[in-house]
Amino acid sequence: MSKAGLSALAQEFKGERGDLIPILQRVQDLFGYLRPEAIRHISRWLKMSENEIFGVATFYAQFRFHPAGQHHIKICLGTACHVRGGEQILATAQQRLGIKTGETTADGKYDLDRVACLGCCALAPVVAFDGRVHSQMSVLKIQKILDEQKSD
Amino acid sequence: MSKKAIDERRRQAAAKWEAVQKNSVPVIYIGAASCGLAAGAADTQEAVEDYLEKKGITARIIPVGCIGPCYLEPLLDVQMPGKPRISYSNVLPKDVPGILSGFFENGEISRNHLAGHFGDGELDGIPRFFDLPMLKPQVRIVLRNCGIIDPDELDHYLARDGYMGFEKCLSMTWQEVLDTVKRSGIRGRGGAGFPTWRKWLTCRETESAERYLICNADEGDPGAFMNRSLIEGDPHAVLEGMLIAAYTIGASQGYVYIRAEYPLAIKRLKKAIGQMREAGLLGPHILGSDFSFDIKIKEGAGAFVCGEETALIASIEGKRGMPRTRPPFPAVAGLRGKPTIINNVETLGTLPNILRNGAEWYAGYGTDSSKGTKTFSLVGKVRRTGLIEVPLGMTLREVIYDIGGGTQKPFKAVQSGGPSGGCLSEEFLDLPIDYEHLAAAGAIMGSGGLIVVDSDTCIVDMTKYFMDFTQRESCGKCVPCRVGTRHMVEILQKVCDGKAELADLDKLEKLGQTVKNGSLCALGGTAPNPALTSLKYFRPEFISHVKDKRCPAVTCKNLVIYRVIAGKCTGCQRCVKVCPTGAITGPRSEPHNLDQSKCIKCRSCYEICRFDAIAGDAIVIES
Repeated sequence: MSKAGLSALAQEFKGERGDLIPILQRVQDLFGYLRPEAIRHISRWLKMSENEIFGVATFYAQFRFHPAGQHHIKICLGTACHVRGGEQILATAQQRLGIKTGETTADGKYDLDRVACLGCCALAPVVAFDGRVHSQMSVLKIQKILDEQKSD
Repeated sequence: MSKKAIDERRRQAAAKWEAVQKNSVPVIYIGAASCGLAAGAADTQEAVEDYLEKKGITARIIPVGCIGPCYLEPLLDVQMPGKPRISYSNVLPKDVPGILSGFFENGEISRNHLAGHFGDGELDGIPRFFDLPMLKPQVRIVLRNCGIIDPDELDHYLARDGYMGFEKCLSMTWQEVLDTVKRSGIRGRGGAGFPTWRKWLTCRETESAERYLICNADEGDPGAFMNRSLIEGDPHAVLEGMLIAAYTIGASQGYVYIRAEYPLAIKRLKKAIGQMREAGLLGPHILGSDFSFDIKIKEGAGAFVCGEETALIASIEGKRGMPRTRPPFPAVAGLRGKPTIINNVETLGTLPNILRNGAEWYAGYGTDSSKGTKTFSLVGKVRRTGLIEVPLGMTLREVIYDIGGGTQKPFKAVQSGGPSGGCLSEEFLDLPIDYEHLAAAGAIMGSGGLIVVDSDTCIVDMTKYFMDFTQRESCGKCVPCRVGTRHMVEILQKVCDGKAELADLDKLEKLGQTVKNGSLCALGGTAPNPALTSLKYFRPEFISHVKDKRCPAVTCKNLVIYRVIAGKCTGCQRCVKVCPTGAITGPRSEPHNLDQSKCIKCRSCYEICRFDAIAGDAIVIES
């Protein structure tokens, strides 16, 4: 993490331990993931051990410890999405991209995640592609989206 | 801002709202909550802008929240000057010119995609929007503004009597407000149904220089989106509720703990909080009174267990979100050791209505022990999906059939209460929806997710889904929850794979009891509920998996096979193209071959064949 990034954060937060989660969230916003150097900086700043910070960060699903792909695919597996075939959409996406959830493709283009619920249950199943939610998905639609992306 | 100034602001706001209603320019409303956007509302809005620009028409576009019937999204309403607002459903960009040209070029009401009108009485044979089958049985109290007003406009909220409930509070003592809430009978809408007033009283009576109020918007229950919709559609209602609660318990600082998965709701809240501050509704000496209060937003980082009060507090304090033993309850010692009240979004959103219209008015809805109305997200295999609000005590049948329009295939079950709840079978359809009846049946009210499933859904698979969810979300503190849920998932997996024995079902039940009894918080304490209720009401389905190695719903992957019916297959090769593993082969115009060893049962071939008019259903899934 750059010095400039940290000093910008130092203006936003007072350096209290209670701010740890929002600080980690901001760092991830800035760099895409939590780099070990960033954790080290935060550790000195908040005067808490790196272990403790990792302990908190690994508890929450939001934090990543590896660089993210260029595009983020999030397959919703909320209950409504599950009963409407979300698992099969996930299986198809995994098969197509050749990765499992939580991984990034070798070319660094896509990362694939399962999410608990995006809150668009009435239009299930849904998939978020770079933050844009696609509704009433099917295995065919996810294939089409991935094909369109590849040809871009 | 003083009391006088807010009165003036409200007068101006009313005039502004009146101007929108008795509009001199046409107004176009677009349902732009997360669900609307997922259905394509942004593209629809773009098409509207394009049309207006091309035709040189001046009109006002107002993006509104979700009005409820999500299955009709994207919704587009047109209101011509002096005419009632007319709503159109499932409007895609290609439909926009057709709808708008009716109004702007032909001077008539377009008929395609017509859903209903917002006026009173008869209009050209068009039904009233709120008379549609999905909306008619509903009572919209907490959702009264959702989809009606611009959620980014404080003035719209003020014009619809916004912040009047809070103003009324300021002229009352905290005891009087508490008494009003007590008489209204409202119970916590987050799931447990604890009387709101009792929690408040405990907090207020605890000696402390500082008290905190937390709005729990960590809506983690998969399949539920009531809180998201309310915040996106009417953020000020929730914030006004926070002012009322804070005034009563004597809190000076409030937090909204909201899931990061709800970016639009967070944006709306931030804007609304800024507007409150500007209008003097937040900060020191609100409206010139002695009451000072401020609100901060805390974004969750993705942990279901943080919906639990003590875990949520730990998370705000920057720690791992792990629950702790109670007592002391947060109302006595919560955030930073100070008395803290955690109320659900819906509870808070209801308070302004109770204060404004009176406790007796609110208590007039619902049953003796479960007063008022409750929002539900009605989803799954039901025909009309969306967000609804009904008086408590309405039966499941009324909700699923009258409001939801029933299911296409035969009804199988309704799941209430998410991962902490249970699946209820057909014999429970006449059960009134209230806290006591649902609990007695083995389900819980929960936060309001109602997932309807039909004969195509396998109950064992769904049970495994819930157990898998809680197993992933278990914080790991209590062994019975951490290890027990894992074993329960393993047993259920065995059942789904057709590898279980009858004794496994008993083991599952026993293990469920152990997890229930041996866990500290509600996550572990209720995690086995889906398994226990399903075993009770759907045992024959479990038995078919175990004894006959069959999945009656044809869902469980390892118990089904995909087959090409040679007599029906026209050899169109469309399935060959979509198969991701090359399991289907065959030359054009000849029946195709499906290699079972390569098939990953992804359903692609089945879907493409089903929608093909000629071949039709040449691919079947069998168990």
